[in-house]
Amino acid sequence: MKVELRDPNIVMKLSKLGSFHQSKLSFLRSFLKEFKDWEYKRDLFELNTLGFGTAIYSFKKNNRVYSLICFANQLDKNERSDRVIATKWDAAFTLHDGVPSKQDIERLRNEVPKQEVGRLSYKELALSRANKSVRVFNHVVDSLSEGKQPDISLLSNVGYLYRTTAVYGSGKFGLADRFRIKDREEIYGPFRLEMMLVYLVRQFTFDQVNYVAKNKNPKKAVSLDPEICRSLGIGNSTGLGMAPFIVNHPTLLNNWILARETALKEIREIEKIEKKDSDLFTAYLKKSIKNITSWNTDSEYQQKKIKSLLKDLNNFISFIDKDFNFSNEFAFNEIYLWLENNSGDECIEYIVSMMMEPYDKIINPLIKKMSSEEDRYFDIPTNRTVIELKDILESKYKKILKIDFSKSENNQNFWFISKNKEEPRLADRFKEKGSDLEQPLAIARDIKKLYETLSISKNSCTMDKFLLENNHLRHVVRRAFIVEKFPYSEIQDNTISKSIVPIDMLRLKLSFFGALKFDPRSNKWLRICMFQGAPLPEQLENFDDGWVYNSLN
Amino acid sequence: MKSLSEIDMVSKRASRAAGFDWGIAEEVGKNTRMLELLGISGIKNLNYYFKIRYGKKFESIKLLSKENKKTQLEYCPIIAGVNFLDQVRSLENLNEIKFHNIAFPILFLPFISRASKIVGKKILLKIDNKEFLLNYNKSIYSNFLNDEIITIGNIIVIKFLDNIDSFRENEWKELYKLSENTFVEENDSLKQGAAGAGLNDND
Repeated sequence: MKVELRDPNIVMKLSKLGSFHQSKLSFLRSFLKEFKDWEYKRDLFELNTLGFGTAIYSFKKNNRVYSLICFANQLDKNERSDRVIATKWDAAFTLHDGVPSKQDIERLRNEVPKQEVGRLSYKELALSRANKSVRVFNHVVDSLSEGKQPDISLLSNVGYLYRTTAVYGSGKFGLADRFRIKDREEIYGPFRLEMMLVYLVRQFTFDQVNYVAKNKNPKKAVSLDPEICRSLGIGNSTGLGMAPFIVNHPTLLNNWILARETALKEIREIEKIEKKDSDLFTAYLKKSIKNITSWNTDSEYQQKKIKSLLKDLNNFISFIDKDFNFSNEFAFNEIYLWLENNSGDECIEYIVSMMMEPYDKIINPLIKKMSSEEDRYFDIPTNRTVIELKDILESKYKKILKIDFSKSENNQNFWFISKNKEEPRLADRFKEKGSDLEQPLAIARDIKKLYETLSISKNSCTMDKFLLENNHLRHVVRRAFIVEKFPYSEIQDNTISKSIVPIDMLRLKLSFFGALKFDPRSNKWLRICMFQGAPLPEQLENFDDGWVYNSLN
Repeated sequence: MKSLSEIDMVSKRASRAAGFDWGIAEEVGKNTRMLELLGISGIKNLNYYFKIRYGKKFESIKLLSKENKKTQLEYCPIIAGVNFLDQVRSLENLNEIKFHNIAFPILFLPFISRASKIVGKKILLKIDNKEFLLNYNKSIYSNFLNDEIITIGNIIVIKFLDNIDSFRENEWKELYKLSENTFVEENDSLKQGAAGAGLNDND
């Protein structure tokens, strides 16, 4: 039986993309698998008794070394802020390519804590900073120094000791450009080095908390139980900065979604499900409910989504337990069709992620296809005609072309770059100044304009002639020809409408990172947790890939 | 040192701020990145050109022909470049194209380099006495090695080069003959069995 890939007009709706969950394709999981046989080391740990100083961690294999350099600084409580406008953080980090020399460390000590206003070099691969969850960190220090383990329920509620507020890579602030490293096999998957940075930062937070507790009370202090460490991750606060990324990298977005859709299609096409595979699916599914019931958020929007997810999942489990037989032909296809008829998007996408769990054979080859050589698709094929482009728009942007942009609610917002922080922002064009400096992220509106202009042009006119008078539409002409080749490269929604929920864009990206427990703090930023439940570096060599579902929280 | 990604981003934004459409600004970002990667002074020329643009008008040529001459104003290198890139498939038939007075011709160069890849032909670009051999947008070979700003190209000639070998046939034959020394002479037994299909591969 052949199953079709799901329709991009449905999959690429923001409400659908905003319902994606982590899966075996997620970057933090594929990072752990790739680096499991690398040699992990703590190369330097020079902190004072309060935990401030420098530490270095590394992964090494053959002649390749990646080193995380950590600078932990004293921070006045009034200076601590997760907002992007902050200028100081509890700790700052960079991932260095190779073993850093003394001069490198001194150079980086000067630059890394400054973050966006510092300068990195081609020898650095990623940059980040993080703040303590002071309440949790202090509680853990106090408990350990008294010889006790901390209160698990407090730790479960928060899920981490530190949260990062940005992780930068690929050429930002002087960091190495991707072309320098893209041929290294170990980093074929996207964001692999950023994942490494976050993973090693997590280990630093455990080492630091143990060290501070030990120094507070050398005779009585105990170390944080490794099982508790494992149940903690790294928090992350993410704002709008991440949203335009998925608009600005259409072929990359396509490759992520296409990998997921191909996995689903191939799983639905399996005729006979082996018992061990259906058992694993069911076991992980039931275990994972714990992740959902411990998902804390004050956001009404997210609470509603969790509630509907839980209700649908319980329905689904009861269907699986009572009415379903995995020995039916094409059982996962039957499951998928049942879900489409009986569940909301949150639950459908949750189960799609779960279906991948038994199938390394399908997933592993797809992971290697999730990067993109974007420049290959940059040139506009100017020998193509108006009618050809019109056909592309009619087939790829069906719903977009029906939007009436003369209505203010469809044209309500504009994206701009903040002069203060050089970060993307979204504002109401009818209330705020600055829409004359709008970024080219109103793709739906500009595609509609392009369509209207094409409609009054001669069908046989080639693009070189069309662009002579219409270069103001050049950015969307280029885009449409990319979308023709890459079906999942475009969000099928209006990114400037009054009803836009930007956190759906963030959640899409974060789900591919492998984030858990999305906690929206407004419709423009959210908190998440990464690597919660993941093996510690010493456990990497032989870890259970289902660790996500074994989380204690 | 600035990364190429920073160079691309800042050039793109500066081009937009200088009044170009977003789609053209994207082209300039990619071009400047390419120039800097190849060691040609993209940022210097772009920065100086944008400074000059504030007080001076430039001609925006649209439809290109064999000889493009404007006596009063200099051509904008970006608009001339974009249109060359877009129209290159028809311009190729003209074999040689001439421009008079292109401002900051280094900014025009990457468009021609990219055009070389599109038509699959090497292009020889002459900017007065400076020569650039553009190889399918893979590399640039030139007699111009300093990083000065060139504010004007008085005569610019673009020549599409035929896809022909750069060596003589006898040079090829000599080298080929030497390469034959890595081959094994097949005896009957090898002819019979080594290719897999035998002596007769018809059904």
